[in-house]
Amino acid sequence: MTTTRDARTSIGRDLALDLYQTMMTIRRFETIAGELFAAGRLPGFIHLSIGQEAVAAGVCAALEDTDYITTTHRGHGHCIAKGGRVTEMMGELYGREGGYALGRSGSMHIADNAVGILGANAIVGGGIPMAVGGALAAQLAGHRQVSVSFFGDGAVAEGVAHECLNLATLWKLPIVFVCEHNGYAEMTPVSTHLANPDVTQLAAAYGMNATAVDGNDVAAVLAVSREAVARARNGGGPSFVQARTDRWRGHFEGDPQRYRPREEVQAMTDRDPIAAWRSVLGAEHGVSDDELDSMDDRITAELTSAVEKAEAMPLSDPAGLTRFVYPEASR
Amino acid sequence: MTTMTLAKALNAGLRRAMEDDPKVLVMGEDVGKLGGVFRITDGLQKDFGEERVIDSPLAESGIVGTAVGLAMRGYRPVVEIQFDGFVYPAYDQIVSQVAKLHFRSGGKIPMPMVIRIPFGGGIGAVEHHSESPEAQFAHTPGLKVVACSNPVDGYWMIQQAVASDDPVVFLEPKRQYHADKAEVDEDAVPDPLHVSRVVRAGEHATLLAYGPTVKVCYAAATAAAEEGKELEVIDLRTLSPLDMAPVYDSVSRTGRAVVVHEAHVNLGLGAELAARVTERCFYSLQAPVLRVGGFDTPYPPARVEEEWLPDLDRVLDAVDRTLAY
Ligand SMILES: Cc1ncc(C[n+]2csc(CCOP(=O)(O)OP(=O)(O)O)c2C)c(N)n1
Ligand SMILES: [Mg+2]
Repeated sequence: MTTTRDARTSIGRDLALDLYQTMMTIRRFETIAGELFAAGRLPGFIHLSIGQEAVAAGVCAALEDTDYITTTHRGHGHCIAKGGRVTEMMGELYGREGGYALGRSGSMHIADNAVGILGANAIVGGGIPMAVGGALAAQLAGHRQVSVSFFGDGAVAEGVAHECLNLATLWKLPIVFVCEHNGYAEMTPVSTHLANPDVTQLAAAYGMNATAVDGNDVAAVLAVSREAVARARNGGGPSFVQARTDRWRGHFEGDPQRYRPREEVQAMTDRDPIAAWRSVLGAEHGVSDDELDSMDDRITAELTSAVEKAEAMPLSDPAGLTRFVYPEASR
Repeated sequence: MTTMTLAKALNAGLRRAMEDDPKVLVMGEDVGKLGGVFRITDGLQKDFGEERVIDSPLAESGIVGTAVGLAMRGYRPVVEIQFDGFVYPAYDQIVSQVAKLHFRSGGKIPMPMVIRIPFGGGIGAVEHHSESPEAQFAHTPGLKVVACSNPVDGYWMIQQAVASDDPVVFLEPKRQYHADKAEVDEDAVPDPLHVSRVVRAGEHATLLAYGPTVKVCYAAATAAAEEGKELEVIDLRTLSPLDMAPVYDSVSRTGRAVVVHEAHVNLGLGAELAARVTERCFYSLQAPVLRVGGFDTPYPPARVEEEWLPDLDRVLDAVDRTLAY
């Protein structure tokens, strides 16, 4: 397995800053979304990936704009990292006409085909076969695109996950399965839901290359992703990446989290992927705190403006609900 | 007598079913330690142990399929599907196996299974978390389908469903879980499971409802009464089989019927009810049977669900239309 130090040497200053910016944008986007939800300004349910940003940032940094991803109910981070536009995302969370799906899909179904986001999915496991299909499409068309499916450790228990691992290996598809292993499916710890918590062993049994990585180390995630993406792009078939990471927030916003001790969450914040990367930026790239602080401020300003724009968008119009039920009727 | 919400009543009913029969097991996602996301199985694992209240992996098809094997071997599994929209990974098991085994085995294999599904909208959720899939199950021979609407029924119906040798899809109106309280008399003798019931008498029109729309119809009847229109409200309770006798009796008197459900109108339960009422009460009918329900779109986002769900105004509008004939 690639060591963190080796991984870092291949990352130049610009990319290092990009990774930071992506992670920080996710963190701030979700922090703001959490506050808005708590204040009763966002409808529906939201699931935050705070603490898991390094997986989204590291994997997506290994992708081209033309590559695809599918993601989950906890997908804001992946969408941002893949180039999703924060204003349309915020509009969608707000249920407004200016959202990605005219406010009709909400937080768990953000999609943007233009930047390769085939979609988030509220059905656990729902996105995995779509990514396999994307990979098959790329293979059939002879495009050198790669498909990535993000899913959680809980999703691994769904039958469809195994159908997909088999299909992808059998057909040697250009796909990377990224299991974001945060140790929980809702309120249930992995010990209760997976017979083998090391999912790489399950994937390896299908015959694909499978690697475990520290999902809080963005450089390490990027390194294994580059390898896996290159394999896929060069016709080497699927790979599996298990990124161990931490969900700092509850399963959904409003989850009282009685099932886990406070100290557990405390220990997670001590493994903050963003704080760790900040130190690397300072120590190895000579980036000053001032420089990073002003980047943070720019991110906050961009997101504040996204919120303002979302609030100014008209509310999703109930009269329009019958539109888009059928593709033919919408031409 | 105990005052309970629907959530508490279902919990108490399950508890009593488990006390009465050691073969009753509860399975599902987060049902054990957590007590279910809606807390319907709260405390059951603590009191009955991990072997009887099983926290399963996230695997609906596996959960229901496993319950089939348990039922074949003498257990009475009660499976919780966390939200209506998550039943579909298990749909194959329910339709291809659960519904058919008794028939396929020439009556040798009973299927005493309950599949509990919180259903319907009104909780500010989205697609997959607010759906009403009852017609899909009611359309499947071999499955029984019931929907409770209030704490008293919740308490008794869950016990009756568990005691039944038939597989029962048990629908719980999730927005009612914590909405109202009622006195539950644990020593009462309940109505049988597959029986519909008049919950408010009236002479001008009949409202047919189940699950979450019973409350909506009751409120509509109260509002209509102020204008001198007396509406009879029937809580159907059982959707498969339907218990039509009280419906025919009512419509023969009122001459008018409006079916109200959250599910899409197109090919919903209302279509079957309208057809049967028309066949049997044709000469008593003063107006066509009307249907009020969700629109024929996927479940809408939280922001506009109130517009989508049948509410007091839409029910009263249908009442006015039926009375205008
Ligand atoms: C088919 C299906 N079953 C159940 C659920 C309810 N549910 C939503 S998220 C979740 C847990 C998912 O765990 P995991 O895959 O590890 O993702 P994480 O939430 O940890 O990111 C469950 C059970 C669902 N959305 N879809
Ligand atoms: Mg997880």
